[in-house]
Amino acid sequence: MRMLFTKEGVAIWSSHLDLMRALMRSFRRAGIELKHSQGFTPHPELSILMPLSVGVESQCEIAEFALAEGCEIPAEEIAARLNPVLPAGIRALESWEGGQKAGKLAWLRARLTLRYQGTGNREPGTGDGEADSSAPLRSPFDFAQGKAENDRIEAIRALFGRPSLIVEKHGKKGVVETDIAPMIRELVVKGTGNGEPGTGDAADSAAGENAVVLEAVVAAQNPTLNPLLLATAIERYLPEYKPALVQCRRLEIYDADMRPFR
Amino acid sequence: MSKTIDELLPRILPRVQKPARYVGGEYNQTVKALREIDTRVAFCFPDTYEIGMSNLGLRILYGVVNNMDGVWCERVFTPWGDMEAEMRAAGLPLYALESHDPVADFDMIAFSVGYEMSYTNILTMLDLAGIPLRAAERHGLHNIVFAGGACTYNPEPLAEFIDFFSLGEGEESTVEIVNCWRDAKKRDLSKEEFLWEVGKIPGVYVPSHYEHRYNPDGTLAAIVPLPGAPAKVTKRIVQDLDKAYYPVEPIVQSTEIVHDRQNLEVMRGCIRGCRFCQAGYTYRPVRPRKPETLYNQALQSLASSGDSEITLSSLSTSDYKYLEPLTDRLTEYCAARNVNISVPSLRADNFSRDLMLKLQKVRKSGLTFAPEAGTQRLRDAINKNVTEEDVLKTCEIAFAGGWNNVKLYFMLGLPTETDEDVLGIAELVYKIYNCWKDHASNKKRGVRIHVATAFFVPKPFTGFQWERQITPEEYLRRCRLLKEHMNNKSIEYSYHEAKLSELEAVLARGDRRLGPVIEAAWRRGAKLDGWMEYFDYEKWIAALEECGVDRHFYTTRGFGTDELLPWETIDPGVSKAFLLRERERAGRSEITPDCRHGCAGCGANRLLECGRCDP
Repeated sequence: MRMLFTKEGVAIWSSHLDLMRALMRSFRRAGIELKHSQGFTPHPELSILMPLSVGVESQCEIAEFALAEGCEIPAEEIAARLNPVLPAGIRALESWEGGQKAGKLAWLRARLTLRYQGTGNREPGTGDGEADSSAPLRSPFDFAQGKAENDRIEAIRALFGRPSLIVEKHGKKGVVETDIAPMIRELVVKGTGNGEPGTGDAADSAAGENAVVLEAVVAAQNPTLNPLLLATAIERYLPEYKPALVQCRRLEIYDADMRPFR
Repeated sequence: MSKTIDELLPRILPRVQKPARYVGGEYNQTVKALREIDTRVAFCFPDTYEIGMSNLGLRILYGVVNNMDGVWCERVFTPWGDMEAEMRAAGLPLYALESHDPVADFDMIAFSVGYEMSYTNILTMLDLAGIPLRAAERHGLHNIVFAGGACTYNPEPLAEFIDFFSLGEGEESTVEIVNCWRDAKKRDLSKEEFLWEVGKIPGVYVPSHYEHRYNPDGTLAAIVPLPGAPAKVTKRIVQDLDKAYYPVEPIVQSTEIVHDRQNLEVMRGCIRGCRFCQAGYTYRPVRPRKPETLYNQALQSLASSGDSEITLSSLSTSDYKYLEPLTDRLTEYCAARNVNISVPSLRADNFSRDLMLKLQKVRKSGLTFAPEAGTQRLRDAINKNVTEEDVLKTCEIAFAGGWNNVKLYFMLGLPTETDEDVLGIAELVYKIYNCWKDHASNKKRGVRIHVATAFFVPKPFTGFQWERQITPEEYLRRCRLLKEHMNNKSIEYSYHEAKLSELEAVLARGDRRLGPVIEAAWRRGAKLDGWMEYFDYEKWIAALEECGVDRHFYTTRGFGTDELLPWETIDPGVSKAFLLRERERAGRSEITPDCRHGCAGCGANRLLECGRCDP
């Protein structure tokens, strides 16, 4: 059985293992008995398809699990039973029997919100205790700032138009240089404050602030491209546009034919 | 929610280890609307999230206070060093996990202190909150700082920093204290007036109401209460544990903690009376919970938390009278749901052996013994009534049943200990190894025997409260002696950091002259002293020197039995006369039978309205 769920808010700071433990506890709280492995220390059969980095939001996480023998709850009901007992930030969207083979997962749509200094937000290291420093400062040079923002967006657009983008990837084998350009299927660069309807995620609070939003479809498997590496590419090639803060959200996952993977 | 804090956190958290510790939002946490509350309590635990969230006292008092209408209690833990540095760099003040509001906004700030080496964390937390460290520098009713917990039976080293102490069990007294503050607020009392009011609550000790005077030789000459202050403050206990609050809807930690399981407290107090054990004396009188109460609490807390393990905890769970009926019912429930039951602190007796085999049904855990000393003579002197025969018999059954992992805990530096006692440990370990050779069901897998020694720290309110501590050098000599006599690749030996235990001894029996030392050490950067990553002996030595305090006065000197002890204002139930008797018996290697084999007259039964322990 599978379940589609979100990881948002405070939950993004939990590690993959923490999330596994949280889901196992939630199943118990919901009175849904999971199948357990045999052996010395029996473990519930539950896995998460694509482990999520700490600090990253998602609205398309998939968990796979098996119910214990005798636990006859229809797959479709699992999500509704879990929701009242899930921790803050985790929401079950739907659950179903079966599902596509994990190997069919091909693409990931993700959004990166790159935040820059000078928005009126106090940055770490400038704890100067100014009066009401949390209020957005309106620059008297709005026009100049607007131009600078446009330049930045153009530069980032141009960067991702290049045929090759080499970044350092930190993996199990140490640091490897990888060309990420072939792993990007689609990429759109936008400024913020464009009045898009709110969805309640981190990108919304960027509205009207000094931020750039990248929305990209990247390889999800063989090889995988962690969308955060898009920001790494900016840091490497456009150090003057290195963001102060990068926020990332997984939006959807697809199979090779760009149909949502389920 | 505090806007600034919530804007800063996403920028800081990606750079720190285990950020889930710093955001709250856990399942079952308590959130109240600010318009419905008049009093905010920050429950501060002076150690990390992983340690603090494992503390049952915190979970109980969190629930007790949040059960009060109009009062919201939130949690605060000590940030790890990386987070502290980020917070200081960003100007982010210490905040509470539930609301993310600054601790400085809270009316009352409560510390639960379980361990001497967490004293500097209290200062770190007050400082990060932007609250003056010393009680005398805090004025008015805002930010009243009080403390309780196992370690506050000798409150004197903290006297300078804490407005008042709540001694003993806090289920009832904490409610009285919070209500006393609310009343003071309503009547617009000064802090001084409030301290006199709160000092009327049984179990509350206000250190500023006492003057400590010293003799030229440094010993305490007199403790002089101000007019109106009680000569003695007696700790509080809960009369009926079955009626006491228990967290059946516990906060579910969002990241792994030290005790990552449900904790079912089967009883309070211990019948054994090991002469080195502070908890064994100060948790008295012995009061069990009814098995029906426990069974219901277990089911409710397992259902509400979703935990897959439950521990039956107490100081000596195999002495819980109704352990058999309780575990019988619980194993039935738990086995059907893949829930593991663990029973720590099992003794090596017949009943425990049966229980061990029964609990194995769900999961086979390791075998742990704490004989504490290597020879029967010394075990008698410390009143640890475990015999070699018991240990070997239990090992025999365990090895035959497939166990191949044993942990053994001992102490070095115990009063009257000789090299013969030290070598007795090696002898016992080899007997266990031979027992495995004779009885193991499968020798191919080998056996691991872990031996650990701790450095004896004499603690207040124990039979050994007057004893000398040996020097760290002598302790390490004994460790080496033991190591030389345990040369076997199946035996793994580890020993506690000597210098840490030396400072623990200084603070445990410290007086008010230690307050400036704690502050000086903290100013030199001492923090998270209980963690080897941070513990820095040199900072403490420099602080002691700076304050002109001789650590040997509190360690190797020993305290005279006729000496006035700094903690004598506190009455924990057991009497000084009893502790003296225990000390004398120790000198004669004479045991005191446990409470069920004859009352030794410790005095703790005075605290019970019915006058009878262990009903």
